[in-house]
Amino acid sequence: MMNMFTVSGSPHIHASESSKKIMYGVVIAMVPAMLVSVYFFGLDALRVLLLSVVACLFFEWLIQKYLIKGQLTINDGSALVTGILLAFNVPSNLPGWMIIVGALVAIGMAKMSFGGLGKNVFNPVLVARVFLLISFPVQMTSWPKPSPITKGFVDASTGATPLGILKEGLGADPPKTISELAPKLPGYMQTFTGDVGGSMGEVSAIALILGGLYMLYKKIITWEIPVSMLLTVAVFSGIFWGINPEQYADPLFHLLTGGMLLGAIFMATDMVTSPMTSGGQLVFGTGVGLLTILIRIWGAYPEGVSFAILLMNAVVPLINRGFKPRRFGIKPGVEIA
Amino acid sequence: MPARHLKRRTKHNSGKMGILKTFALGGIHPEENKLSSDAPIERLALPGQAIVPLGQNLGVPSKPVVKRGDLVKVGQLLAETGGFISANIHAPVSGKVAKIDNVIDGTGYKRPGVIIEVDGDEWLDEIDRSDELNTEISLDGKEIIDKIKTAGLVGMGGATFPTYVKLMPPPGKKAEYLIINGVECEPYLTSDHRLMLEKGPEILVGTRILMKALNVEKAVIGIENNKPDAINHMQELAKSLDGITVQPLKVQYPQGGEKQLIKAVLNREVPSGKLPIEVGCVVQNVGTAFAVYEAVQKNKPLIERVVTVTGMAVKKPSNFLARIGTPIGQLIEAAEGLPEDTGKIIGGGPMMGKALTSLEVPVVKGSSGILLMKKEEASRKPEGPCIRCARCTSVCPMGLEPFLLSRVSKLGKFDMAENEKIMDCIECGSCQYTCPASIPLLDYLRLGKNKVGAIMRSRGRN
Repeated sequence: MMNMFTVSGSPHIHASESSKKIMYGVVIAMVPAMLVSVYFFGLDALRVLLLSVVACLFFEWLIQKYLIKGQLTINDGSALVTGILLAFNVPSNLPGWMIIVGALVAIGMAKMSFGGLGKNVFNPVLVARVFLLISFPVQMTSWPKPSPITKGFVDASTGATPLGILKEGLGADPPKTISELAPKLPGYMQTFTGDVGGSMGEVSAIALILGGLYMLYKKIITWEIPVSMLLTVAVFSGIFWGINPEQYADPLFHLLTGGMLLGAIFMATDMVTSPMTSGGQLVFGTGVGLLTILIRIWGAYPEGVSFAILLMNAVVPLINRGFKPRRFGIKPGVEIA
Repeated sequence: MPARHLKRRTKHNSGKMGILKTFALGGIHPEENKLSSDAPIERLALPGQAIVPLGQNLGVPSKPVVKRGDLVKVGQLLAETGGFISANIHAPVSGKVAKIDNVIDGTGYKRPGVIIEVDGDEWLDEIDRSDELNTEISLDGKEIIDKIKTAGLVGMGGATFPTYVKLMPPPGKKAEYLIINGVECEPYLTSDHRLMLEKGPEILVGTRILMKALNVEKAVIGIENNKPDAINHMQELAKSLDGITVQPLKVQYPQGGEKQLIKAVLNREVPSGKLPIEVGCVVQNVGTAFAVYEAVQKNKPLIERVVTVTGMAVKKPSNFLARIGTPIGQLIEAAEGLPEDTGKIIGGGPMMGKALTSLEVPVVKGSSGILLMKKEEASRKPEGPCIRCARCTSVCPMGLEPFLLSRVSKLGKFDMAENEKIMDCIECGSCQYTCPASIPLLDYLRLGKNKVGAIMRSRGRN
């Protein structure tokens, strides 16, 4: 009998890496933030999470099957990641149908209309967040006050986020100073653990940092974007704080509030919509940080991370063009005589 | 299951050696799986029939000088150089030339070859077959180069570039360093490792011969740190020799690539599109250094070589000294047979080797190993969409952007591929190995290189 052997070009071995593994790695990294959101916002958080995930998977399936008529991709993990992140980006008391609209925008408009996984220009979750924010400003900015499940479920009251309090206070007539507002603002410990009002997934700094460290360890993300973004925020907001600490919040406040860490760790680092090289990523992160503070200080919205990331998403192709990897043998080597 | 069948990663004694040198950009570290590293080199029995392809080197195929019915002795010239970049081929066996016909070679195509019916084992008288070490180098530089050319030596690491060409730097260029490549960065392969352990003194004489031919004072033998026994052995042997040092290197693929090795050892970067001589280096494989010893000191042309036979399911992973022209089926038999679920046979290592079509394919000058892969390992994973993770870019040892090059090649934008330095690609396969979407990046890059190369040549003609 003739032996038949497979013939293909080299290489003949492959790393155990796969897109699916990367996506599920991100899911694992989001577990701490999911647990914190359920702890502080109760079953409502669970409801939002489930609804968002199911809606995202459903729209991905529907569009693949009936519109694109391509291979079904719902188990590649990317729609699952989108679903969880979308839940992270909305308040836990958002009406269900709005979540479904958000899922349709994220999956249908921002992802599938560009051709699906890997082809989208903008971060799908942030497109949905901004869409919802503009369409339903009241619901998207009325945040339930966190009430840990250990204290029993009290009727959750709603309140403003720290950034909202700040924006409103500083913009009031006559404007208040930061020391006047301070009693209303949460302490650093609260923002660190997540005991503050805000979108479900963005409240707990510690949970987000844990997830980020895990992704760094698993090499799902690189340090460049989060570090350059947060550093820029610290330096830029620090300058203003140094000029007038009564009018501008301190850097730590900016770093720990709003979507800053969620954005830096989970949103800006999205592979598909961020630059390919280390240099490009540093520029991208710096740009996001700069724009965020610009919007927070002078913009109409209290929060600027989503807009900043989306704006920088738009220039990623340009950054990729400008920042090429260092080519071997193009610049002279160190010891070439 | 015997222990040797388990995947293993050799322990590196990097602590003892401090921070180890390696190349600068990219690189990967696949499972090493050096299953046969403890198997001594065994002399393989003669084949019944030797199939000697005429195209065994990079460049122009050789022209046959024998005809059907001729009786040949081992070491007799079978085919001569067909051009400047070409090599002589000698009879690896004695017997009768049965025919000169098209034979299947490692490329999968049928191409001309000489088929010899083996009869006995009669060698040419002038070949010294003793094992006695001859350290006295009596020839001068030019005579050495002539001898190496006559003996049909080519790079034994797999690239098969005629050795004598590398020893004649173009006018105005001067070699400063000879680098001996004992890296063997391909997973599984152990032929160079075994050769260093068993033929160390001969390799060092070969190194000195090459130094004399190049008129250089300094030689560095680069060995990866997963072969501590070879490093110690060669260091011990080289102690008494002037100008020869052994450089342990951190394990990193593709360190055996010429440009990567020079960067690792000397921190010199060969400019894009240029040869190692541009930075004063000539790189030769340890196998080539051994062949140089045999050719110059023993008058023995390149008629046999060490071939690793290995694979996860192979019963007895081995290193054989096999005559050129031996069908690989015979080597596999000697390693206790073709495992039942073999799905792919690779000539060379898993990263850069070629998939072979049949057991009839013969051992050639560039055959460093035969790797048998199980059916489940034989096929590629289905291709998914690029998620722009940039892993291909970060592992590329040449600092290229494989995702971009493969895409522009696919789209036929070859001018863009050229501008993005596609011709610098060394086809190491690190990008495709790493790609989480299992995109066959290197397939597209090869296509692009082919086309761009053709465009550049036609531009040169006009």
